Amino acid sequence: MNSSALITMVVTQVLVTCFTVYFFFKVLKTPNKDEGDFPPGP
Amino acid sequence: MSAKNESWGTRVGLVLAMAGNAVGLGNFLRFPVQAVQNGGGAFIIPYLVCFLLMGIPLLLIEWSMGRFGGRTGNHSTPYILDTMAKGRFWKYIGVFGIFTNIAVAAYYCYIESWTMSYVFHSIGGTFEGKSQGEVASFFNDYVDIGISTTGIPYEAVIFYIFCLALNTYILSRGLAGVEKVAKIGMPLLILFGVFLAYKGLTLGTSGASADHPTASAWDGLNFLWTPQFDSLSNPKVWLAAAGQIFFTLSVGMGTIQCYAAYVRSKDDIALNGVSAGFMNEFVEVVLGSLIVIPIAAGYLGIAWVQENAGFGMAFQTMPYLFQQWGSVLAVIAGVFWFGLLFFAGITSSLAMGTPWMGFMRDEFNWNNSKGALSFGLITLIMGLPTVFFYNYGVFDEYDYWAGTVSLVVFALLETILFSWIFGANRGWKEINMGADIKLPGLLKYIIKWVTPLLLLFVFIGSIITPKGNEWAKQFSNLTNGNGWELDNGSLIKQLANANIYDEIALVKNPATLPALQQEAEALRNSIETSSDPKEVARFQVQYEKKLSRINQVSNPGHLETLNKKLFYIPLARLLLLALFVGLSVLVYRAYKIRVKQGRNTP
Repeated sequence: MNSSALITMVVTQVLVTCFTVYFFFKVLKTPNKDEGDFPPGP
Repeated sequence: MSAKNESWGTRVGLVLAMAGNAVGLGNFLRFPVQAVQNGGGAFIIPYLVCFLLMGIPLLLIEWSMGRFGGRTGNHSTPYILDTMAKGRFWKYIGVFGIFTNIAVAAYYCYIESWTMSYVFHSIGGTFEGKSQGEVASFFNDYVDIGISTTGIPYEAVIFYIFCLALNTYILSRGLAGVEKVAKIGMPLLILFGVFLAYKGLTLGTSGASADHPTASAWDGLNFLWTPQFDSLSNPKVWLAAAGQIFFTLSVGMGTIQCYAAYVRSKDDIALNGVSAGFMNEFVEVVLGSLIVIPIAAGYLGIAWVQENAGFGMAFQTMPYLFQQWGSVLAVIAGVFWFGLLFFAGITSSLAMGTPWMGFMRDEFNWNNSKGALSFGLITLIMGLPTVFFYNYGVFDEYDYWAGTVSLVVFALLETILFSWIFGANRGWKEINMGADIKLPGLLKYIIKWVTPLLLLFVFIGSIITPKGNEWAKQFSNLTNGNGWELDNGSLIKQLANANIYDEIALVKNPATLPALQQEAEALRNSIETSSDPKEVARFQVQYEKKLSRINQVSNPGHLETLNKKLFYIPLARLLLLALFVGLSVLVYRAYKIRVKQGRNTP
């Protein structure tokens, strides 16, 4: 691969992977809220 | 879906279901082709900009609309929109959110059934020992209803019905069924994708052969990722990037609103929405870019990819390429590839069933089984013409009007509603209610100004697409008083069937065939005189393509097919119109019932 293609690919893929893992990890780690006063529907 | 007590079992299940809704066949087949056709590595810049300025805002808009609707007991867009604004017509705009799903599911399930069938054919060794041409012909035979590849009559129809039945069964289990499929399907999809991406990334030049001596997977990756910065000033590239973001996230369909309507009203939507969006991007940018293009370039050469990149590669080319890995690995790769596409497809098609079921439950008190069965039946009625008349443009017509135009129209209107009628301040508050991440305040202004303008740009761009997508040339023509020449891909020309009439005129013109033969001869001479192997490979691919075009033009059946298209395409449009009108009538009936019950909205 040429350098510019390699740099573009690696930077893009690392960025996208990091954000994906970060947000998904946050979803897994954030505790659910107390549902209490909000009914799910009618 | 039961609107009464149903909600998502777990937060991870919801995020995976939402990501599964977004991840579809386009992640693996459309994205790399769009990148190749629009500046390679430079495409990623407008693509990511559009993701931030249009994709994330639209996701947040639709998630918050859905949760807002769920709080007021509405689980599909007609009455979600109705509760958000005054004016009776909004519920009819919301019809798009059911219409699009049924119409898209009708043909999407057909593709999904191909993936099922191809898994069986991969295991059964159907493609073993077949040449590239034979594998491509196999697909053409498969979609030709009159031919059976297994001896089972109407094989394609049977697989289609089986696929629809499977979707219907899972939908009848309610949200729990959808969630279970997402929890199994998404990890498997990623696992299969990682295996194939690894193969694509490590193929290198090992796939070169006597027929394709210059083939190299590196060429494919270079082509896909080398930035061509001059393309950034081309509106065509920006339109393509915006279009890709749009389709890949499944926005403008009404499915996100429906799924989000089952989120508990105090729960976060900001983090969930962003997480599901990025998961889709991971599958598309990381996995999608490392499979089709590098593997195809690794065996057939970059020239072949440039000339033939398209949707058909998944079924017409990939099974042949897998055969080059030996019989055992070919079966594994075939199962992984078509299994991956199947999971990508089914997690999306299940989402398409939920708005209809939610609507019928809310308005007519239908239970899950009744809702799922009716969805299956309507989809079957709408879908059979795409199966029987696949070669006569019905499939493409559904894809264009329901799978492309309707999405843009609905997304534009819902964004205007959210930002300007419901109100950007109120909307921003709604998005941030219960949020587990702090969204930047700038996003509020992006939602209010930038997203609607970008959508308007996409919409107008699709109506008046200039000939050859040459915007600068047409603007210059316009300012010089020479008018604006439309492309056959523009909405106006599509409506007029311009490409078919042009093709008929071309086929009927006696000068066409000699001209094509002359061009083929010139290419053959170039092959003989050129000394650069890569150039020879390019001329060879172009020569083969020219020969295939000559065959097509000289075949009397081609003209017959074109004339049949002129009959079936308006028929497909009528079917779509009938579906939209039928759904609007149901919404009207629901309105009358609401008035009678005293639960009418503004």
